[in-house]
Amino acid sequence: MSDTLVVAEHRRGELEDISYELITAGRELADAMDGDLHVAVINGDVDSHAEQLDRDGVDTIHTVDYGKGFNHDVYTQAVTELADSLSPRTVLIPHTATGMDYAPAVANALDNPLVTDAIDLQYDEELTVAREMYSSKLESVIATDSTQAVVTVRPAEWPPTESDGSAAIDAFEAEIDEAAITSTVTGFEETVGGDIDISEADFIVSVGRGIEDEENLELIERLCDVTGATLAASRPICDNEWLSKGRQVGQSGKDVTPDVYVAIGISGAVQHVSGMKNSERIVAINNDSTAPIFDIADYGIVGDLFEVVPALIEEVE
Amino acid sequence: MKALVSVAEVAELGDDFEIDGLTIDERYLGYSLNEWDDYAIEEAVTLSEADVVDEVVVVTIGPERSEQTIREALAKGADRAIRIWDDAVANVDALMPEMKTRILASVVEAEEPDIVFTGVQSDDDAWGATGVALAEEIDFGWAAVVTELDLEPDDGVAHVRRELEGGLEEVTAVELPAVITIQTGINQPRYASLRGIRQAQQKELAVKSLDDLGLNESVLDSELALTELYEPETESETTIWDGEPDETAAELASFLRETEVIES
Repeated sequence: MSDTLVVAEHRRGELEDISYELITAGRELADAMDGDLHVAVINGDVDSHAEQLDRDGVDTIHTVDYGKGFNHDVYTQAVTELADSLSPRTVLIPHTATGMDYAPAVANALDNPLVTDAIDLQYDEELTVAREMYSSKLESVIATDSTQAVVTVRPAEWPPTESDGSAAIDAFEAEIDEAAITSTVTGFEETVGGDIDISEADFIVSVGRGIEDEENLELIERLCDVTGATLAASRPICDNEWLSKGRQVGQSGKDVTPDVYVAIGISGAVQHVSGMKNSERIVAINNDSTAPIFDIADYGIVGDLFEVVPALIEEVE
Repeated sequence: MKALVSVAEVAELGDDFEIDGLTIDERYLGYSLNEWDDYAIEEAVTLSEADVVDEVVVVTIGPERSEQTIREALAKGADRAIRIWDDAVANVDALMPEMKTRILASVVEAEEPDIVFTGVQSDDDAWGATGVALAEEIDFGWAAVVTELDLEPDDGVAHVRRELEGGLEEVTAVELPAVITIQTGINQPRYASLRGIRQAQQKELAVKSLDDLGLNESVLDSELALTELYEPETESETTIWDGEPDETAAELASFLRETEVIES
């Protein structure tokens, strides 16, 4: 019970970056436990996926060929069987919409404890997992003394493993219970299209929950008018349908990399930050000095946006 | 069809707070209905108004304080509520998903819903696990991170869209009964009307202990332990512009000119 099992993620024929990040995280854990690193790749073109997943530090790649793409019932059964067969100390699954759709079921089926959204993993006689709470304002450490645990891992927290490996490849014959497959993935749809492509903008003014009311958006639109900035938003604004989904920055929206990103009334939840952290320069205006957005901003104004923004408009005009 | 909606009262940290060991004193916390659960309630109530669902039962695991939250759900149109709490639950440091899963499983067993709604995650501890774990436990189908739901009870199927990363949605069909975890933005949650708030006072809110559910304290066993709680160290070197609004705005304006994103 000292091995680590990592489950790769792929979508529409392509392996996702998180798969290679999990190899890095998994290798670190396997080293700390003096065990092997196993990678599971389920469905799709498993042979080509296995070839790509053969990266430095991987001992064995287990392929399960039971369909074209993701199906949470198949994944749950396959990962559960693999964990039963390999008895890893830890099972690492991506903390993505896909991972969230089967990791809790795997943990429950294995009667394992589950820790989600890990940002750090340590092993010293017991496994400890660091994770964020309270909208990224605090971190906590969860320790587990179980013989086996399932952990979901936040994307982009570990660097991907790039160099080639020499893993053994094993076709795992999972005994999938067809009767227990109660879901069918029938397709994919793009949600962010629309009138504007914010991902190409050089200068973005982005607005969040701090704007409070739809009618207050006028203020930010005026700022964009006088400065020539492209208007973007964080999730709550688009959830409320105050702005179109095409303007949403973050995990479920667009990634942006402008020269300047001005975040107004945005607290800086991880889902938002993942979409704008690669901006050249980040400015935050927020009345809460403890808002996580200030952790990644280059410049900040701690103040009332309803005072600062009108003053800025006046200044620019 | 009967719908069960699992909701949580969540704690929000104020601007100033102090960590005391593994907890934060209540005076630094504000409590409210979990944002994701608000969308889950709306989804169930909308189905009830469309006569697809006959009864909406909300369930929460929480102290007496959380009755305010659950009354909010009743005021928005849920028919009745169950609040689970007792000394044993109160004594748990951190309510782990596996504990919630076992407790909610017994509620499902007693209530026999055809569909269970819950938010994708709670805003405070952000586990994002209970819905799918519950589904596996009670042998329901499931769909996580749902942004669109179309129920076809006659066919015994829920057609959903699941939100993936990067503006992509997965279209999935899942057999009923099922647990659906609801993502924000799936609908526009209503505000409770005055009439709804008055009516909510008359609606049934049953308080149940583990014993009432036929459970014993072993459902609170966990191999997980919260061992640390701290403010993350920030590595940022943020330059904060201080001063009155006109002063900070002037700093920002000159920064924008220097970086040439606006003309000087």
